[in-house]
Amino acid sequence: MTDYKSEREQQWRVDLRKTIPAKERTNQERVEMPMQDAVARRSNNLEVNLGLTAEMAVKESHRCLDCANPTCVTGCPVNVNIPKFIKKIEAEDFLGAAAVIKETSTLPAVCGRVCPQEKQCESQCFYTQKLKKPAVAIGYLERFAADYERESGKMSIPEVAKPNGIKVAAIGSGPASLAWAADMARFGYDVTVYEALHEIGGVLKYGIPEFRLPKKIVDVEIQNLAKMGVKFETNTIIGRTISLDTLRERGVKAFFIGAGAGLPRFMNIPGENSNGIFSSNEYLTRVNLMHAADPAYDTPVLRGKNIIVVGGGNTAMDSVRTAKRLGAERAMIVYRRSEQEMPARLEEVHHAKEEGVEFMTLNNPVEYIADEKGRVKQAKIQKMELGEPDASGRRSPVPVEGSEYLVDCEGVVVAVGVSPNPIITSAVEGLDVDPKRRTITVNPETNQSNIPDIFAGGDIVRGGATVILAMGDGRKAAAGAHQWLSSQR
Amino acid sequence: MNKIVNKEFFSENVVMFEVEAPEIAKSRKPGNFVIIRLGEKGERVPLTIAKADEERGTITIVAQRIGVSTYKLANLNVGDYIHDVVGPLGHPTHIYKAGTVLACGGGVGVAPLLPIVKAMKEAGNRVVSILAARNKGLIILEDEIRKYSDEVIIMTDDGSYGKKGVVTVGMEDVIAREKVDLCIAIGPAIMMKFCALTTQKYEIPTVVSLNTIMVDGTGMCGACRVKVDGKTRFVCVDGPEFDAHKVDFNEMLMRMGGYKDQEKEAFEAYKNAQ
Ligand SMILES: Cc1cc2nc3c(=O)[nH]c(=O)nc-3n(C[C@H](O)[C@H](O)[C@H](O)COP(=O)(O)OP(=O)(O)OC[C@H]3O[C@@H](n4cnc5c(N)ncnc54)[C@H](O)[C@@H]3O)c2cc1C
Ligand code: FES
Repeated sequence: MTDYKSEREQQWRVDLRKTIPAKERTNQERVEMPMQDAVARRSNNLEVNLGLTAEMAVKESHRCLDCANPTCVTGCPVNVNIPKFIKKIEAEDFLGAAAVIKETSTLPAVCGRVCPQEKQCESQCFYTQKLKKPAVAIGYLERFAADYERESGKMSIPEVAKPNGIKVAAIGSGPASLAWAADMARFGYDVTVYEALHEIGGVLKYGIPEFRLPKKIVDVEIQNLAKMGVKFETNTIIGRTISLDTLRERGVKAFFIGAGAGLPRFMNIPGENSNGIFSSNEYLTRVNLMHAADPAYDTPVLRGKNIIVVGGGNTAMDSVRTAKRLGAERAMIVYRRSEQEMPARLEEVHHAKEEGVEFMTLNNPVEYIADEKGRVKQAKIQKMELGEPDASGRRSPVPVEGSEYLVDCEGVVVAVGVSPNPIITSAVEGLDVDPKRRTITVNPETNQSNIPDIFAGGDIVRGGATVILAMGDGRKAAAGAHQWLSSQR
Repeated sequence: MNKIVNKEFFSENVVMFEVEAPEIAKSRKPGNFVIIRLGEKGERVPLTIAKADEERGTITIVAQRIGVSTYKLANLNVGDYIHDVVGPLGHPTHIYKAGTVLACGGGVGVAPLLPIVKAMKEAGNRVVSILAARNKGLIILEDEIRKYSDEVIIMTDDGSYGKKGVVTVGMEDVIAREKVDLCIAIGPAIMMKFCALTTQKYEIPTVVSLNTIMVDGTGMCGACRVKVDGKTRFVCVDGPEFDAHKVDFNEMLMRMGGYKDQEKEAFEAYKNAQ
């Protein structure tokens, strides 16, 4: 456990705190993220947030009071040492700041961009909790430190222990597996990551769009893993191409299943199989993984003037903003609850609005109407109102009878959730899988499954969750696997 | 990267490739398919596995030139590489001793039918195979099918080879003269639809292998979805084989036309650039 108290009493922190009076720190406004213009960005795929300059980052770091009780840390699923890295930024030791984050986070440049900070660290910040002011921009600062390190060309490759010759394998290559692979390589294992698709990265590659997470950032992380000795095998489906038993015969001593929750859910309403209606996974995969928007690539994607996206999560926001970039005049979010209940990151909702996305909240499609060629031409949408809170604590939406109306559309993207990918769970006999949710059951301390050499984490254990939780699981499972493997010798 | 070790044109537009893929050669079973990608910019194309040679570490795929990707594929030669080959995908065929099996293959559908015919024969069934195509030149893999069938009936639309008529004519003949316990039909969607309608009349259990549009082939996108028994199923992970009498063929035919316009446009552009 990090001793935040004694760290805080180190001389450099004490001195730094004295340089600016607390009053002055709290009076300063939160930094604004420099952004691409909202109109310009609708016609490109470049990252929307441009990142803080060093000057802006140092200035924002002044706002952090280096609290005696850093509650922000408790809001972070992997407990990044937030005050320490922010104070390193204040001391203008940017590489030092990056090193602090990397003590706990494997993918800081990714998390700085995609974490729902407003629900995690920033929600627990002293500013939010006590001062009722905008939180310190922890996410922006994390991204700054990570980007600075990468662009400095001085990216540190974690030291790896002497190779112990023990083979281990990760199944899937999303953030959970990447984090597991990094730690296992550090412990000295011979790590291979197997991925079903032709690209490494999981959702970071096929799901989250370029304008939010440039692929080159993910690739740098993957290259670093390769430098640490991690091997990657694409186009390999474990349970189909190679079975777990075959890998065991080839000497693999422990597995980590990070196969994600890739199976899209549909609503099963009339007309949903009409042409022009896709899962968000299909829509985003075509555009992100297959580059369908680029005429040089062979994969096609539907373009339309009026595109409806059903749902209120990150996936829905990514889809609707992609539709805008593909030229939609009306790109609409249809969500059955109100904006407050939307699970998407707040920033994505803001960005979508700036880009001209229409939000039709408390609305729900009930049927799709197709033309004579089977292509969707209209959605029948029903109005909803909020009723009593449901099991998740959110007020459940109730249909308003007789409120249906028609909306013209040439395309519909369904982003109403995903389920765990069943290929691997059905291929491993005896694996403890939740019969309803189809998630793998693991020991919460070690992420070990009921089969001792199999560990698991990320969305395949949690259902749809987040990058940081997946990464945290990977790290916990690596510690668990290392301990278990050591006990076996 | 998978090396092409053998190539043969079965007809003007139907081409066979033997490709190095040692892991798939070992793990594939009748009914499985693969997804290939021809280069960094290529699309992911599902193709069925016609044969596999575990010792040589190869699989055999058969493709019909119909669009940009299959044209590009057909232009590859022995020694060239296919950028990505992933598989085996889909559930394997349920092989068992049914009695008499009527195996119907239309066009390139004969390629995926071949390993099933072989396995059904080896399981002790009497196998009657019907190969159907528009004309003689489009009948493929006849010799190999003969090797594992008790009888082979050839049907051509123009009568240039075998009997004149569509596949269902041949089916009716067989059903009229002997008891058929199981029918397997693989070919164009429209052919499978009519095979299903034929056997439904006689209540003969029938299996079809669906060739819908696909992207990933691992259950991730739902591009391949079809309605079976009123429920939406994913062909790549729930299939590709389904009870023919429960498949909503009309919906499937409609969905398969989903990218027709874009495909045609891309194909014209590709041909003009050649
Ligand atoms: C569009 C979208 C936007 C999102 N936005 C955010 C966000 O802003 N912030 C956030 O925190 N989270 C976000 N998420 C959620 C986040 O991406 C996931 O929680 C996270 O990626 C899960 O990581 P994972 O490692 O468990 O699996 P995944 O990233 O899903 O990776 C699993 C990989 O395993 C592969 N695989 C599956 N089965 C096999 C097999 N049998 N053999 C080999 N490989 C296999 C799959 O092909 C896939 O590549 C988003 C998700 C989506 C879809
Ligand atoms: S091809 Fe994507 S789910 Fe079947």
